[in-house]
This record gives sequence, structure tokens and C-alpha cells, in this order.
Amino acid sequence: MSEISSKIEIRALRKSFGSNEVLKSISLDVAKGGVVALIGPSGSGKSTLLRCINLLVTPDGGSVRVGDTRFAFGEGTKLPDVKTLARFRATTGMVFQHFNLFPHMTTLQNVMEGPVTVRRMARADAERLARAQLAKVGLAEKADQYPATLSGGQKQRVAIARALAMEPDVMLFDEATSALDPELVGEVLAVIQQLASEGMTMVIVTHEIAFAREVADRLIFMRDGVVVEEGRARQVIDNPQAAATRAFLSHFHRTGALPPANAES
Amino acid sequence: MYQWDFGILWSYRWLFLNGLGVTVGFTVVIVVLGLVFGLFGAFGTLSRFRAVRLIALTFIEAFRCTPILVQLIWFYYALPILAGVEMTPITASALALSLYGGSFYSEIIRGGIISIDRGQSEAGAALGMTPGQSMRRIVLPQAIKRMIPALMNQSIIQFKNTSLVSVLAVPDLVYQSQVAAHDSYRPLETYTAVAVAYAAILIPLTIMVRRGEKRLAVGE
Repeated sequence: MSEISSKIEIRALRKSFGSNEVLKSISLDVAKGGVVALIGPSGSGKSTLLRCINLLVTPDGGSVRVGDTRFAFGEGTKLPDVKTLARFRATTGMVFQHFNLFPHMTTLQNVMEGPVTVRRMARADAERLARAQLAKVGLAEKADQYPATLSGGQKQRVAIARALAMEPDVMLFDEATSALDPELVGEVLAVIQQLASEGMTMVIVTHEIAFAREVADRLIFMRDGVVVEEGRARQVIDNPQAAATRAFLSHFHRTGALPPANAES
Repeated sequence: MYQWDFGILWSYRWLFLNGLGVTVGFTVVIVVLGLVFGLFGAFGTLSRFRAVRLIALTFIEAFRCTPILVQLIWFYYALPILAGVEMTPITASALALSLYGGSFYSEIIRGGIISIDRGQSEAGAALGMTPGQSMRRIVLPQAIKRMIPALMNQSIIQFKNTSLVSVLAVPDLVYQSQVAAHDSYRPLETYTAVAVAYAAILIPLTIMVRRGEKRLAVGE
């Protein structure tokens, strides 16, 4: 056991959709409390890799370990059953590009849903927890509103609160700011940054290079299903080694202030 | 010029009321049973297992693509010979109408379920829900809202379809009015009254459905 301290360990992960090989033997470690940013052009496999970590996508080969739970895939291995999968996913939080809030529930009910249905928490306890999580993302006063009445940035912060209410060991962000209007990006990034400073282990798929440079300690650049370059975030962004990384990063402002998080919600 | 005389029907009032009771009661039974069949059919077509999907689809298409009148007669005359089970006209027609309605209900239910964005069940799964939990808590509550107008519509059709059970001598409103028409030699008055009776029950229902649709649209 060489890397017992790592929270997430991925080995030789493979995934194809039909004849399209999306992940070609990817290995990845995330230390406890580490923040890894996954960047790369669209179609590079970064979202698929992220979805393999909580097994929303079932890998074709390789292994995934989060905490003490390890799954191996490939020939001769049996796919985990739905109960095992559900229990595993309850320990990882995920935030989606399009929020995926439950439109038939209020903000508070959205955040309570995981604790009540999955963790079988008493309603009163779940409500207390949910209100605390909403307060944490600055939306305590929106508890009784429906998602349709919120701005994109507010929706995404509710989605983060919903994931946090499961008190996960790991948070996964799948392009959490890509569907937002530019002026709303900052408020979401501020929440993610706060989580990072509290020591949450996170994997972040993002196009916000300046944010990745600021918040992530490691950065992985993917292209065509392989890891092209990997290293300390600042180092890779400021001084990329591979030509492909350089070409990709040339499209972005890499430094500078993060978009401001508006004080009021 | 024909001389209308609706007064003549008054002496058959108990016959009509009796028939109306059978029609309404029958509708309740076939709508409830039909919804049960429909649920099985819908989840069957959405099953992970190919064999289950195939069975469900066969059932749905068999009942959707044959006339209900033929099914009624077939259930009463042919099924007892093939399966060796004797059925009363009421059982045979309740079964045929429920399965017929169920085949349409299952398509409505299936359509409602698959109309819900995949991201919804993904979000449920990411929280650690089992597929069953995310269906119950996340997908169905949203899907049912979309299904209700179509389900109500199908139920209205089912109500009218009960008129066909008269061919198996089930004493529904139509059957009783045939009796009254033969007895009184007043078929025009009789069948006009029957048509009015069906409309009098269904028009308020359709207004309710329309109101409901509007309310659901606002709630989206």
C-alpha cells in the first residue's frame, strides 16, 4: 500500500462508448483534502472521468477507489448491484452543469431530500441540516422558494448545498459554472473556494483556468482520453510543458482576479 | 313531422337509473384495473430486461391494435373454449375493457416517465438513491403531473366504451334503453335521452380536466 493517504485512487481506467474510446487507461490520485482541476477541450473525456469516480458511468476496465471502497471493472468482474452503488454514491457529492435541481420541491426540500430519503434522517434533523447548508451557500432566505424562481447562480449554490447535505467525503464538480451567465460565475466559484479552504477533497472539471490556478493544488490536462500533462496547478498553467497544453491554454486568461462574488444573493 | 314525447320515458326511470348505475360502476372498475395494468405495462416496457420489455410490448400492441368490440366478444366466446374458464359476461367485459384501457394507459405512463430529463434521475443517483427511490421521489411526482390530462382523457373514452358491453347483455345504460325502446316503441326518445345522459356526466368532467390542465401549466 504505497499511497494510503490518497482519498481517490483511479487505476488504468478505460471507457468506450461504442467504438469511441473516451478514456484510455487513466490513472489518478487525489490526496485527502486535495483539490484537482480537470481541464481539456470538449470531448477530451474529462466529464466521463469525473462520472466514473461516482460510477454514474460504469467503466469498462480498471479500478476506482474512494476512501475504503474499491471497485474493479473489466472481464471476469461482476458489476456492483444497485444497493452497493447507491451506498457508494451517498459518500460522494456531485454538482452538475445544468444544476438538476428537483423542480417539484422547494429549495429546502431539495436539500433535505438526500438526508431524508437516503440517510433516513428524522425530518426535523434533516431540516436543521438543510437550513445550515443553505445558510452556508448564502441562500437561507430562499428556503421556501421553488428552483424556477432562482437565478442560475442561486440554483447552482442550492445544488451544492444539496450535495453537501449528504456530508460527503468528496465533491465532484462537472463544469459547475459553464451554464451560467458571466456575472453569476463568481458567486458559485466563491462557494467552491470556501469548500477548498475547509479541506474538502474535490475534483473539478472546469473551463475557469484562472480559478483552477487559484484554488486547485493539482491540475490535469486531458486530451483524447489520455492525461497529457499533470502537475502543480500553478506550475502547469504558468509554464506548460506539452505542446497540446500550451495550445489549449493559449485560449484563456490564466491569471488575474477571480470574477467577483456579489455580496448579496 | 315526428311527435316527440319524452314523457313516455318516465315510466322507465328505474330501468334507466339501474343502467346508469351499472355504467358508472363499471367505469370505476375498468379505470382502476386499467391503471394497474397500465402501470405494469409501462414499467414492463422500461425494464432493464429484454424479455420483460418484449412481453409488455406484445401485450400493449395486442390490445391497442385490435377493436375493443372484437376483444369483448373474443373474451366471452373464445377464451372459455381456449382456456377452459367459464366467465360471466360482466367478468369477461370488465377484463377486456381493463386490458384495452391498460394498453393505452401504459403508453401514457411510459411517455410521462421518459419525458422527465435524465439529469433528474442522475441527480437522484448522485445523492445515493436506488433507481426505485429516484423513480418514486423524483421522476414519478413530476411525470404524473404531465400524465394527468392524458389519463383523464383516456378515462373519458373508457366511460363511453362501456356502452359496448351491452352486446354481451351486461345490463348497462345502453342495454336497458334497448329494453325500454323495444317495450315503448319510442327509440328516438330513448336513445336521445341516453346520449344526453352520457354527455351530462362527461361535460362537467371535461371542464374539470381543462381547469386542471391550466392549473398544472401554471405550476410548472
